[in-house]
This record gives sequence, structure tokens and C-alpha cells, in this order.
Amino acid sequence: MASTIPWERVRRAGDKLTTPLLPDDYLRLLNPLWSSRELRGRVEKVVQETDDAATLVIRPGWGWRYDHRPGQYVGIGVQVEGKFQWRSYSISSPPVRKRRTITITVRAMPEGLLSAHLVNGLEPGTIVRLALPEGDFVLPDPPPQQLLFLVGGSGITPVIAMLRTLDRRDTMPDVVLHYSSPTPDRMIFREELARLSEKHEQLIFHELHTDTDGMLDLADLDRICPDWRERDTYACGPGPMLDAISEHYEQHDLEDRLHLERFSLELGGEGGEGGTLTFRNSGKTIEVDGATTVLEAGEEAGIGMPYGCRMGICHTCTLTLVSGKVRDLRNGDEYGNANEPVQTCVTAAVGDCTLDI
Amino acid sequence: MAIKDVQEYMHLTDDEVEQLGRELDAIRQEIEESRGEKDAAYINRLIRIQRGLAAAGRLTLMLGTQRKETRVPAVVAGTTFLALHKILENMEIGHNVMHGQWDWMNDPEIHSSNWEWDTAQPAEQWKHSHNYIHHQFTNVLGYDNDIGYGILRMAREQKWHPANLGQPVYNALLATLFEWGVALHDLDIERIRKGEKDPKEMKRQLKQIWRKGRNQVVKDYVVYPALAGRQWRTVLTANLASNVVRNLWAYVIIFCGHFPDGALHFTEEELEDETRSEWYLRQILGAANFKGGPLLHVMSGNLGFQIEHHLFPDLPSNRYAQISERVQELCRKYDIPYTTGPLHQQYGQALRTIIKLSVPNSWTSSDQPEPPTPSRERRRKSDAERPPRRQELGGWSRSAAGARG
Repeated sequence: MASTIPWERVRRAGDKLTTPLLPDDYLRLLNPLWSSRELRGRVEKVVQETDDAATLVIRPGWGWRYDHRPGQYVGIGVQVEGKFQWRSYSISSPPVRKRRTITITVRAMPEGLLSAHLVNGLEPGTIVRLALPEGDFVLPDPPPQQLLFLVGGSGITPVIAMLRTLDRRDTMPDVVLHYSSPTPDRMIFREELARLSEKHEQLIFHELHTDTDGMLDLADLDRICPDWRERDTYACGPGPMLDAISEHYEQHDLEDRLHLERFSLELGGEGGEGGTLTFRNSGKTIEVDGATTVLEAGEEAGIGMPYGCRMGICHTCTLTLVSGKVRDLRNGDEYGNANEPVQTCVTAAVGDCTLDI
Repeated sequence: MAIKDVQEYMHLTDDEVEQLGRELDAIRQEIEESRGEKDAAYINRLIRIQRGLAAAGRLTLMLGTQRKETRVPAVVAGTTFLALHKILENMEIGHNVMHGQWDWMNDPEIHSSNWEWDTAQPAEQWKHSHNYIHHQFTNVLGYDNDIGYGILRMAREQKWHPANLGQPVYNALLATLFEWGVALHDLDIERIRKGEKDPKEMKRQLKQIWRKGRNQVVKDYVVYPALAGRQWRTVLTANLASNVVRNLWAYVIIFCGHFPDGALHFTEEELEDETRSEWYLRQILGAANFKGGPLLHVMSGNLGFQIEHHLFPDLPSNRYAQISERVQELCRKYDIPYTTGPLHQQYGQALRTIIKLSVPNSWTSSDQPEPPTPSRERRRKSDAERPPRRQELGGWSRSAAGARG
């Protein structure tokens, strides 16, 4: 396979022909995937997994490197009624370039318009936008010798990517997988997991059907997996479940062993100074500190804030800053021109601000 | 003529003006709520056509000129494609995208924050000089630099100077070199002349213009001619011709926006405590439409609906025709003049004003009724002296621009 670098150079030389646009702006009209200006993908297939969950097989366009780490998630933007909506989903496929596709598995949430659209309304051939893979919920390389996965519902998606990778590379360590789902029918990847545990005797697969057997009581861990204290634990599932797990591990002083997937944002930069945020249309105000993002503050104040990825990728949350100054928590950049658009999910107030919403 | 207080000049009461404002707000809301798939398809299709024209034009000129028998048709077709591509890109696509008309799609590739249009002026400077200065202070003497662009005397209230005698010549030059006139627009020549411009800001702007202008020149006058080999001269001439055609067309359309006879000028008193509804009213009185078929409107960036564009600068241009019917209804209801006419008549009036105002006022008669009050001093204002920016005019940002140039 040819390296991608010479192509980058060719395209850069092509800038002279297409300025102020990029060659990709023209090439994508020939094939929507021939552009690295924005990462794109084409939905090749929609595979129904359960009644309310489907796997999207996506062929990424230029600029995708197939080097995600199993467990990472990807932002996906889909145009619904003319408007791009962004969400993040775990990549469920192992990182294999040869396949030329990635898969994400989505469960239609009762109140989630976009997830329902992804599961039921997406035609093969649809072009979607992608963001680069992100996330720290990943296995170290080489994998730990003893693993425990505590999974609830669609939280299986990052875990299946890890298990598939361990299977492919034939490096399956001693693994206990505890997977809770309301019923067997709603259990995504149930058959595949059963197959994997048959193939690898060091993979123990516990199913828990919460509609009949009730929720996982963490006190039962001693019975289900007596050596859980010695295992590196990866937990992914609904918020309350993760809260209970992290509390349990804290009680046993084992938080170092626990890895959680919460789709939260890592904000490295300095905070703002804080101040009073005013939301112009409603006139509501809220006092904030310099670490709270404008988006979080707005939600706390009861404003219907637009949001998408909540990590500064998709720009869905962009609002007009009427006055004041905000700081980008990722890099410390400040924005304060009159009526400047700002990404509320990654910025915090530097003094008093007024927003147009 | 210049109007000190629009409401005083009109027959409308406070309540009627507020009522008009509410009705216009209702139109805006209706359009905002009905934007959807069809509108997105419109702009995407237009971009596809425009980029197709660009590619077709470049290829026709590069390949078609190589053989003697195809040379003439290739030059004619190639120049036409290129001119159409530039016109569509600048007017219906670039201008409107930079107004934020398509920001609602949440598509980073069609967004006002990072669109760079295919002309010499950097987008950031355009968004300041046009979206903010011109759209907020439309036709207010001393505030809106688009009244004559600092080169022409376009209002009788502007003081006559012997240099104005050359107006017909400046006008012809501006028309031919319109791209470069626009490129320098945000520098604000008048404030530079009076030494009021911050030199640091000027240097930054000049650097930006230089970088972008150089790329434009290199593309049209060096790279593409070079690719044509021995036919470099033919391609260079064709590229030049397409730029001139675009310049002339853009100039005519833009001059029809605010210079025909019905479009009024205002004084700064009008800006004092101006409400949103009064701002709407000023937009209607300060702009002029022209009539034409759908093709003419697309080729002019829907600026034939200049009044609608000024009322709702950030609503998608493909909706202006529909909005126009509603606005005309309102104008009839409130008995407000709605200036429109065929393109040649509107441009003819603008040209007549250019010529008449090249000489002192006393030599010619005004084509518009006299203002109720004489006007006062009109020095150019800096941003700091102007009232704060209206939010529907969108942002312009220093950080986002200059990424590519």
C-alpha cells in the first residue's frame, strides 16, 4: 500500500489551482469520499442486531487512518432535514485497514431522534461526517493478564471492539465478562459473545437478564468473579450503574483498577475567571466559576442549549456571544469580539458574558 | 435626500412602526422554521454547478486552445464558463454564505465562519465592512462607507470637491477593476486619507489582502497560463476577460442596490435610539430592488431582492422571492414606498446620479424630493464611535480568518 504522504503533497500543490478552495473541494464532487477537508464516510450496510439496535458499516473517506484503539469512540454527523446532527458512538470493529470499513453499533433511544434515525432511517449509500477517534477507554498494549468487563446494555459496543481485537490478535488473556441486559433478545452481540467464549476457554461470559433476575448487586461480585480485586476492570453502561461501580471500587480502595467510559470531555487548558452569564432571550442569569463550560451553565440555568458532541468537535452548540469574553478550555484561546460565535461546550466565562439564546 | 428621522418623515405612528416590525419578525420566524432539506439541496446543487463550471472552464481553455480549429470556440466557451463560475461563486454563494444564510445547516464546509470567497478581498474584512458597517448602518451618511465607497459622491449631502469632476472616469475604472476596489474597501480609504486609521490595523489588513490577492493573481495569470504551454497568452487573456466580465456584472448589480432614485439616505440622528422596527423601516427605505426572472436573480445572488436581503440578511437567498411577496403586501398595507424596476432603469438612475453629482449641486436638479432638514457635519466614524453590532448580522472573527489565503 502506497504511503499517503506523496498524495498530501500533490494535493497541496493543487492548492495553487483551486485557491481559495482546496482540490478536495472539487474532488469530492466526483466521489464524496475523496476529501480529507472533512472526514466523511459512506454507509455501506445497516445490520439489524436487535429490535432496537443496528450496526452501521461505514466506509471512511480520505484522511481516515484505521488506527483507532479498540474502545475509542467516533463522532458521526448525519444530515437530518438539511441540518447536520452530531453524536458520538463507540467503534465496534477492530482497527483493520484491509477491511476498508469501520462499524458502529447504535441503540435507538426512546427520546433520541438521531439514534432512531440511525437505526431505522439510514439508507445504505448515505454520506455521513466523521470525527477522529477519541477516548481513553482503551486496553493497554499488551493487554493486562486478568480482565473483568462490567457491561450494561449498549455499553457493550466499546467492549466488543476490545474482545474482537484480542480474538483477532490471538492475545485473549484471562477475561470475565459480565453483561446485563433486560432480556436475551435485547442483548446486542449475544451470539457472537457466546461463540467467542466457546472458542477461548479463558473468556468467561456471564449473562444477566435484568427483567427476570434483577440488577447486578455488586456484593455478588465475590460470587461471580471471586478474584475481581486482582483484575483490571473496564465498566461501560448506564450512568447509575457506573456510579454504583465506582462507589463500590472506592469502598474497596481499588479505584486504580477501574476504568470507566462516560463520554466525558477532557479539558486540559486553564479555566476562565468565571462571572455572571446572561441569556438574552429569557433574561435568565447564572453565576459560574471558571471551570464550568457555558453549555453546562446554560443547562443548569434551565436554558434549552443546543449541543452535539460536547467535546468541541461538531459545532452544534455554537452560540453568539453578544458581549463579554470566554476562554477555550482546551487551549486557552480567548474569544471576545462583539457578536462572535463561540462553542459553548468547550468554553468558560472570563468575567460577565451575555449570550444570544 | 437625507432623512433625520424616518418616522417623522413617514406618516406612521409609533404603534404602526412597532406593528410592522412584529409582522416582519413573524415572516422571519416562519422562514426559519421551514428551512429544511430542500433548501440544503439548493445550495449544495448550486455549489456543484459552480465548481463544475470552474473545472469545465479551466479544462476547455487548457485543452481546447491547443489545436487551431478548436481554439476560437474553446476561448468563447471557456471564458463564459469561467465568468459564470466567478459570478455564481461571488454573488449567490460566497456573499450569502458569509452572511450566515446557511449556517443553520451546521455544515462546516458551508459556513460563514470559514468560507473564503473566490475574489481578492479576504472574507474576514468583507464580513466587517459589509455585514456590519453596511448592513447595520445602511445609507446613513458618515457611517455607511458603501455610499460611493469613498471614491464617488453619491449623495447631494456629501460636499462637492473639484476632484468629483472625474467621477465618470473613476466610475468606469471602479467597474472594470471592481474586484480590487472591493479588496481595498475595508481599509476605508477616507479614514486613511484623514489620518484617522490605526496604522497597526492597516498593516495587518494590507498583509491579508496581499496574501489573498497574490494567490488570486498567481492562479489566473501565472499557473493556468503556464499549464497551457505555448497557448499561455490565449489562456491569460481569457482569464482576464472572465475577471472583467465578473467585475462589470457585480458592479452593475451592486450599484442597483442603493443608488437608484427611490433609495433614501439618512443622517446620524436617525440612529439615535433606533428600535429594531425602525431599523427594519430604514432598510426598506434605503434599498432598491430590480425585477427579473429566476435566472437573473440567481446570477445576481438574489440581490434583485435587495430590500428583502437587507431586512433578513441571514435568511437563505433562495427564499427571498417568496419573502418579497409578503414584504410588498406589508408595504401596501402601511403605504411605504417599495422601490423596484427593471435592471436597466435602476442602473440608469444610478449612473445619472454619478454623473450629476460630479458637478456642484447648484448645476443640477435633484431626482428626489428635498430632505425636511439640512444635514450636519459628516466625518467618518470608527467602530468605537458606532453603536454596537446587531446580532442578525453575524460575526466576523480574526481567529478564524487567515487560515488560508
